[in-house]
Amino acid sequence: MAPDPAPDSMISARGLRKSFGDFEAVRGIDVDVRRGEAFGFLGPNGAGKSSTMRMVAAVSPVSGGELRILGMDPAVDGPAIRSRLGVCPQEDTLDTELNVRDNLYIYGRYFGMPKKEVRERVDELLEFVQLTDKADAKVEDLSGGMKRRLTIARSLVNRPDLLLLDEPTTGLDPQARHVLWDRLFRLKQAGVTLVITTHYMDEAEQLCDRLVVMDKGLIAAEGSPLDLIREHSTREVAELRFGVAAEGGSHEAVAEKVADLGDRVEVLPDRLLVYSADGEEVVAKTLERGLRPVATLVRRSTLEDVFLRLTGRTLVD
Amino acid sequence: MTTRTDPDARGDLPLWTGIARQTDYWWTVYKRTWRSSVVSSFLAPLFYVVAMGVILGGFIEGDPDQLEGASSYLAFVVPGLIAAHAMQTAVGETTYPVMGLIKWQKVYDSMLATPLQVSHLVGATLGFVLFRLVTTCAVFTAVLAPFGVYASWWGPFLAFLAQVLTGMAFAGLVYGFTARLQSESAFGLLFRLGVFPLFLFSGAFFPVDNLGAVGSWVARLTPLWHGVNLSRMFALDNVTWWLAGVNVAVLLVLCVVGWSWSVTGLRKRLVS
Repeated sequence: MAPDPAPDSMISARGLRKSFGDFEAVRGIDVDVRRGEAFGFLGPNGAGKSSTMRMVAAVSPVSGGELRILGMDPAVDGPAIRSRLGVCPQEDTLDTELNVRDNLYIYGRYFGMPKKEVRERVDELLEFVQLTDKADAKVEDLSGGMKRRLTIARSLVNRPDLLLLDEPTTGLDPQARHVLWDRLFRLKQAGVTLVITTHYMDEAEQLCDRLVVMDKGLIAAEGSPLDLIREHSTREVAELRFGVAAEGGSHEAVAEKVADLGDRVEVLPDRLLVYSADGEEVVAKTLERGLRPVATLVRRSTLEDVFLRLTGRTLVD
Repeated sequence: MTTRTDPDARGDLPLWTGIARQTDYWWTVYKRTWRSSVVSSFLAPLFYVVAMGVILGGFIEGDPDQLEGASSYLAFVVPGLIAAHAMQTAVGETTYPVMGLIKWQKVYDSMLATPLQVSHLVGATLGFVLFRLVTTCAVFTAVLAPFGVYASWWGPFLAFLAQVLTGMAFAGLVYGFTARLQSESAFGLLFRLGVFPLFLFSGAFFPVDNLGAVGSWVARLTPLWHGVNLSRMFALDNVTWWLAGVNVAVLLVLCVVGWSWSVTGLRKRLVS
């Protein structure tokens, strides 16, 4: 085998494109994911994250540009690449008529794993996702969070080098999300390379070492969550909510009156965001000017603010 | 540098390997569904045999000149009925179940995230249909042997192969049709305007000559007639070999066309 030019490169994309007829879902992106890192694609629905993920999963053919996964070309070595990937799709694709154990066992067989090895692996995985006592339950009787955990267990059956998670916690309640994050964090600590798409900024902050912000098929920014916040936002944000009828008709009108208090002001339908190093000071000065917000909140900047800055839109519409 | 040896050679996975890896899946499906398939596979056709072949057939004179060489209506109707039943089994297995794999349960999507490829999925699903056809037609043929409807000992074996081939010709065509359907509502049309008329008018219940000059030739153009005719010629030991050759050729061509129509259809649907 020829020496691998970049043995630690798990994914390398240059000018990657995906189009469906006239519609361009991904419009030329460069991405590098290295071994052992947790990498995120953050963006709203329709940003091109899932299309990118399907290309990286060696399922959807590339429309343009270059893509190497584990050093291989998906157009040539799709089966070999997929044998080393774990894929946790956005929608659960579990067989609802099989029990929990059979879902894992049968999946392991698709990879050509010997029966005995799969059985042992299934027991390990049930333990890992805390479903051992549900091993014989029908999938349709599981809660949403359990189904997700089962899907993640299934994606790990072949001991993948690279785990792809498409919106892993969408639709789950807060507690189920935390259980899942804990499991994913353990995988990361065990050295599994994770690639995650999400439109939840808290998920990206929790899990990702590095991420790209995607919008309309392009990458708007790249970096660690902290770097992105530092680079594209201020330390703090003062959120001011006004009873708009009392304050000149609209939040836009109020925005002019506080514009000089921060580095910049974003007007949302229900509130103003004033970006500043010191949020408390913004609130104090607002009150000094005789403005009377009905509610105020001072918080740290998040990736949501980064996204708003970069695209002028919020992540979850 | 990774030293892991990959079990898969680079490039495509061989078709047989991909199909073999799905045996556990299909075996589980069979264990789950065989009880309900007993009714549709064995009881329903037996009811047909009793009602049409034995009781209704009792009113029909067993004239070999009128019945393509059969000495009783039962002997006439059985090989045609099994061939028609093979069609129905194949259509049944490649409509709703395949739609489920593609769209409702998305089992195919999960399979395509593994080293398996589209042709492997089609191959294994059609392999399962083949298994269903083999078991159904074999049991059906065996159960009717004591009724003295077969003219020779080897006839039913060749008739059985003809019936399975008939089923497979339909399996590929209907699979490809299903792979291209966005909604299952078209299945109703397929059954009412496709399967049911074929069942009634392709010579299973009466010689197609009774349909008049035009009608009988239209019937002879249908895939099911080739299967019914082949199955009956063998069962009654009344074989016109050149015609048998034409029947086999037509069914084989349909199998090949069906395979390629299915693989291209599923690829278009799932790998975009």
